[in-house]
Amino acid sequence: MKILVPVKRVIDYNVKPRVKPDGTGVDLSNVKMSMNPFDEIAVEEAIRLKEKGAANEIVAVSIGPDKAQETLRTALAMGADRAILVVAEDVEPLGVAKILAKIVEEEAPGLVILGKQAIDDDSNQTGQMLAALTGRPQGTFASKVEVKGDAVEVTREVDGGLETVSLKTPAIVTTDLRLNEPRYASLPNIMKAKSKPLAQKTPADYGVDVSPRLKTLKVAEPPVRSAGIKVADVDALVAKLKEMGVAG
Amino acid sequence: MKTLVYVEHDNASMKDATLAVVTAASQLGEVHALVAGHNCGAVADAAAKIAGISKVHVADNAAYANQLAENVAPLVADLMGHHDAVLFPATAHGKNIAPRVAAQLDVMQISDILSVESADTFTRPIYAGNAIATVQSSDAKKVITVRGTAFAKAEATGGSAAVEAVSGPGDAGTSSFVGAEIVKLERPELTSAKIIVSGGRALKDGPTFEATIFPLADKLGAAVGASRAAVDAGYVPNDYQVGQTGKIVAPEVYIAVGISGAIQHLAGMKDSKTIIAINKDEDAPIFQVADIGLVGDLFNVVPELTGKL
Repeated sequence: MKILVPVKRVIDYNVKPRVKPDGTGVDLSNVKMSMNPFDEIAVEEAIRLKEKGAANEIVAVSIGPDKAQETLRTALAMGADRAILVVAEDVEPLGVAKILAKIVEEEAPGLVILGKQAIDDDSNQTGQMLAALTGRPQGTFASKVEVKGDAVEVTREVDGGLETVSLKTPAIVTTDLRLNEPRYASLPNIMKAKSKPLAQKTPADYGVDVSPRLKTLKVAEPPVRSAGIKVADVDALVAKLKEMGVAG
Repeated sequence: MKTLVYVEHDNASMKDATLAVVTAASQLGEVHALVAGHNCGAVADAAAKIAGISKVHVADNAAYANQLAENVAPLVADLMGHHDAVLFPATAHGKNIAPRVAAQLDVMQISDILSVESADTFTRPIYAGNAIATVQSSDAKKVITVRGTAFAKAEATGGSAAVEAVSGPGDAGTSSFVGAEIVKLERPELTSAKIIVSGGRALKDGPTFEATIFPLADKLGAAVGASRAAVDAGYVPNDYQVGQTGKIVAPEVYIAVGISGAIQHLAGMKDSKTIIAINKDEDAPIFQVADIGLVGDLFNVVPELTGKL
């Protein structure tokens, strides 16, 4: 079975994003960029399935700027076998899903594993959209993935606990945080990744129109909370709580 | 504009998250509701009583019992022939189904809206709530998920909507429900609690977390939350997690105990009305957002506080 893993180059999760003063977006110049953390989990899960013998090839794909090559090299260094870069800037989830649907048609993977959301636009849409466009079942927010014959059993994180669904393969899975802990690429593997195949494409190669449907009118800082007071001891805190009517 | 609200429920009762979605929908136009489930008559009756809903569509079919996205999305997409916008709660459930509907309709979804600015313009958080984007949709139909804490809850009573049965394509035959492990809570649920006591990594381990945080929460009738660090360390199960990747909460009072205040955590609770922080590190970022801060060792402070309440 082949596994397709889409990855996105995003602002590093440790960096605090700054809104541009002109309100047109978030300032990404000179900011550390990394693979979206949920996508790292997706790559790791694909590698583990390959190590278990449930998969034999992992194809990483990214739809993004030229520099997304680095993100794909990271996936290759972790253990993906080859990569596809579709060069396009700022494509919305719907456009990304349409391109991925075409790649799925070409590559016919048994599983597509994606991060549940990207930490830049926080849309949480691409996996579900890809599932709809390809007519495949979806296991979103996965905390456990088990391949069982021609089905995959996915345990999902839902409000209040966990839910398990069985999906007929080919299927789409999106990862939640606790699915696994991604490995670090070793230096020899980073070197090896440099010679793994990386194909370059454009949305036009797939005949997909990626013109945006949403127009961002403005990006603003969230309302700021200012620091309040400090109380000296527990008695003062209890007094405050009583004032607020929280404690009797 | 005719809107459709996806009612969140477990076939027996309606979830509160639905009520905030009704408020958002009513800012766009006429509100219809969809109850997709099996033996879900009680939910349909409850939905019909929500103030502001004029019609409830009920799809009662074994294929919708567990509301699998593969089965439910085509049903919603069909109903969108007669509606201009569909709104889901931005819960695990809503987020699972909504994008599948959007892609079927060739619509770019607007996720997690915080406000309705006009019929086609909305605000939504990006970058873990570190920025708020105002976006305008050019799609004829709108598919929207709604952040529950950003809208007031519609009145659960006072309405008398007509209930109408609808049928959809049924079982897509590609997925099946295996089982669920839903944790039975002895305390209020996080997303609807008035008071939340949350613990962080400083709580050391599971038993210490329980022995320290639970008594205080019970004294206050509060829900218990945790930071991602505490969840990752295994002190408490994942559904306790408050933060961008966990639950987004906005209670009257949020008490953060031994939580440093990482960006991820703040994104999940900074809309709380009053934030109280207890931390021994006076430079902890949590104090920058706290209304009331107490610098001290939580292992002394929390038991003393619990005792004096």
